Amino acid sequence: MRALLFALLLWPTALLAVEPDEVLSDPGLEARAREISTGLRCPVCRNESIDESHAQVARDIRLLVRERLEAGDSDNQVQAAVVARYGEYVLLRPTAEGANLLLWLAGPAMLVAGLGIGWAVVRGRSRGPEPESLTADEKARLEDLLRH
Amino acid sequence: MYMRNMIVELGHFALILAFGTALLQTVVPLVGAQKGWRGWMEMATPAATAQFLLIAFAFGAVSWAFLTSDFSVLLVYENSHSAKPWLYKLTGVWGNHEGSMLLWVLILSAFGAAAAMFGTNLPLPLKARVLAVQASIGVAFLAFILFTSNPFLRIEVPPMDGRDLNPLLQDPGLAFHPPFLYLGYVGLSMSFSFAVAALIEGRVDAAWARWVRPWTLAAWMFLTVGIALGSWWAYYELGWGGFWFWDPVENASFMPWLLAAALLHSAIVVEKRESLKSWTVLLAILAFGFSLLGTFIVRSGVITSVHAFAMDPARGVAILIVLALFVGGALTLFAARATALEAKGVFGMVSREAALVLNNILLAVAAFVVFVGTIWPLVAQMLLGRVLSVGAPFFEAAFTPFMVVLAIVLPVGSLLAWKRGDLTRSLRALLPALILAFALAALAWTVGTGRSILAPVGTALGVWIIAGAAVDLWQRTGTSGASRLLRLPRADWGKAISHAGLGVTILGISLLMAWQEEDIRTAALGESFQVGAYELTLNSVDEVPGPNYRSLMADVTVTRDGAQVARLHPEKRFYPVAAMPTTEAAIQNGVLRDIYVVIGDAQEGGGYAVRTYIKPFANWIWGGAILMALGGLMSLSDRRLRVAAGAARLSRAAVAAE
Repeated sequence: MRALLFALLLWPTALLAVEPDEVLSDPGLEARAREISTGLRCPVCRNESIDESHAQVARDIRLLVRERLEAGDSDNQVQAAVVARYGEYVLLRPTAEGANLLLWLAGPAMLVAGLGIGWAVVRGRSRGPEPESLTADEKARLEDLLRH
Repeated sequence: MYMRNMIVELGHFALILAFGTALLQTVVPLVGAQKGWRGWMEMATPAATAQFLLIAFAFGAVSWAFLTSDFSVLLVYENSHSAKPWLYKLTGVWGNHEGSMLLWVLILSAFGAAAAMFGTNLPLPLKARVLAVQASIGVAFLAFILFTSNPFLRIEVPPMDGRDLNPLLQDPGLAFHPPFLYLGYVGLSMSFSFAVAALIEGRVDAAWARWVRPWTLAAWMFLTVGIALGSWWAYYELGWGGFWFWDPVENASFMPWLLAAALLHSAIVVEKRESLKSWTVLLAILAFGFSLLGTFIVRSGVITSVHAFAMDPARGVAILIVLALFVGGALTLFAARATALEAKGVFGMVSREAALVLNNILLAVAAFVVFVGTIWPLVAQMLLGRVLSVGAPFFEAAFTPFMVVLAIVLPVGSLLAWKRGDLTRSLRALLPALILAFALAALAWTVGTGRSILAPVGTALGVWIIAGAAVDLWQRTGTSGASRLLRLPRADWGKAISHAGLGVTILGISLLMAWQEEDIRTAALGESFQVGAYELTLNSVDEVPGPNYRSLMADVTVTRDGAQVARLHPEKRFYPVAAMPTTEAAIQNGVLRDIYVVIGDAQEGGGYAVRTYIKPFANWIWGGAILMALGGLMSLSDRRLRVAAGAARLSRAAVAAE
C-alpha cells in the first residue's frame, strides 16, 4: 500500500540520517542519543523518527538531544526538553496519562473481555447438549417405571 | 492516432457497461434466489464473466495509454514519462489513485468470475446470492471510479511529455507489491460475500465452510506475499534497512492479514466440527471490513494527514459511505440472523477447538490493538484537540505480547486432539522441541554481545514453533514412521510449513533487531575501515548515467580476514523530471547476515559519508513469509480436491433428495 503518490510525496528520500559529524565521541552518550532519537518523531516527516530522517529539523533535534546529553541531562530530561520545544507530537510513544490511558488499556481490556467470552463459550460447548441425559421429568418417569 | 484514441474511449465505455452489468448482477440473482426462479439465479454466472471481461478491457485500455505514452490522457501525463523503462510504464498504471482503484475492481470482478467458474458445485441459490453480493461491492466501487476518480479523462492540448512516476515507485519490489496486496484485500470480499449470502439464507454448515476456506486461504496468501514484498522493498530502498514502520498504511494491510489468519482457523472449526459458526461469519465480515477501512485510510489520506483529507474530501467521504453501508448492513443482518446459526459440535476445555478459540482471541485482539493505535491520533485530534503521534515504540510494546503468547501456545494447540485433548500427552510429545528451544536460546544468550533479552527470547519462540511444527508432522505419521511422512495429506504439510514460516520470521525479526551492527563515518577515497568482522574499502565514487536518472556510484570492497567477500556498488540517484533523489543501498545477501552499504554526500573536508550495517538473519524475515504463503498454497492444492470431492458428494445427495 505504499504505492501512493500522495503518501510518497511526504515520504523521505532517505539519504543519510545521522551524519558522521553529529556522532558524539563518547560511545555511551552516543548510544543513549540513538536510543532517545528512535522515540522522537521528525515533525515534518511521515511517521519517521529523527534517527531515520534526513530532514533539517530532524538534524536540529538530533543535535539538541546530543547537546542536552553532553550537558548531563537524564534521558527523561532530554525528552522533556524536546517536547517542550516541539510539542507532544514528537513523542512516538504516547504518554500513558489522561485520555491516552484509553489507548494503552484498549488492548488489555479487550483481551480480558475476549478471554471471558471465549471461556464462557467454550464452557458452554463443553457442557453442551448431552443427548443421553434425561430431564427431571423423564427421570421421574424412569424411576416410576423401574419401581414397578 | 485515431485507433489509439478509440481504445481509451472504448475502455471508458466498457467501464460504464461493467457498471450496468454489476447493477443487474446485484438485483436479478438476488430476486431470483428469493423467489426460487431458476433462470434469474442462473443469470449471475454469465454476468460475472461479462463484468470481468469488460473491466479487463477498460484496464487494458488504460495500460495501453501508459505503454504508448499517450499524454493526452491526464492520468498518463501526471504519472508517466516517455523515457521510463516499459516495465515501469506498465506498473505506473497502478502507481496512482485512479489506476489503483481500477486494479481494485478488476481483481474484485476477477474473483467474482472465478467463483462463477469454479463454483459449479455450489447450490444454485447460494451461488446466486454470493455473486450478487460480490457484484454489489462492484457497483459501489465502479460508481466511485466513474464519478470521483475517472482514469479516462483527457487533456485538450496534450503536453509533450509527462511528469514521471515517483522514482521510489520505479522498482521491481514495489511494482508488484500493490497487485498482491489488492489480491489479498479484495480476495477477502469473497469470504464477505459468502458470509452475507449465508446470513440471507440463514444457514451455515460444514459445506459452507469448505467453500469459504479456499478463498480466504488464497486471500491470506496474497496478503502475506504483498506485505512481505512491501517490507522487503522498504528494507533495501529506504536506505537504512528498516523493514516495518507501523505506518498507518502498513497497518491498513496488517489488520486484514491478522483477521484473515483468524478466519482461516475458525473456518476449520466450522468445517470439521460445526461450531463457532456465528463467530466465523462475523470474522468474515470484519476481515473485509478492515480491507475496506484500509482502502479508506490509504485512499483518503485521512490518517496520514488530516489536511490531505480536507483538500479533497469527496473521495474519502465516498469510501467512508461505502464502508458504512457494507459493514453496517452486514452487521445488521448478522444481528438479525446470527441466532439462527446453531452450533452442533461439543468440545472440552482442553481441545483443538478451544485452542483455536484462543488463537482467534489473540489474533483478533492484536488486530484491535493495531486498529486503536492507528486511529488514535485522529480521535485525539478530533475529540480532544491534541496533536499527538502513535509510532513504532507503542506498537512494539502493545502488540508484541500477543504474538509472544500466540507463539507459546501455537505448538501445543496444534497438537491437541479434536473434541477432547490430552494436555500432558501433547506436552510430552513436544519435550524435544522445548529442549531444543531452550538450548538454542542459551546459545543466543552466550553469543550475543549486548546481552539483550530479545535475542534469546526470540530464538526460543522461533525454534519452539519450528520444532513444534516438525513434531506435529511426525505425530501425524503415527507408528509407521518416516515412510508415511511423504504420503501425509498436503493440508498437513501446509499447516506445518506455514507454522514453521511464522517461527522463521520471528527468529529473523528478533535476531536482526538484537544483533544489528551499524557504522557511520566519513571515508576518504581509498580508505579502509573495520565494521564487525569485515573490512571495507571505499575504492572510488563515479558519476554514472542511467536511463532516466543520474547516478553517483561508489565502489566498495568488503573483505574478511583478507579474503574478498563482496564488491558492492551503492548508489545515489537523482531523477531530474521528478526532481527527486533516491538512495540505492548495496546489499550482499547471506543466509546468516546481510552486509548493507549506503553512500552519502561528499563531505566538506573531503571524502564521502558512508553508512554500513551488518544485518544478521535479515532474509529470514521474508523467507518466513514465503514459507507461510507456500504452506497456504500447499494446503490450497489439497483443499481444492477435497472441496470438489465434498461438494460433488453433497450435490449428488441433493439431487437424490429431490
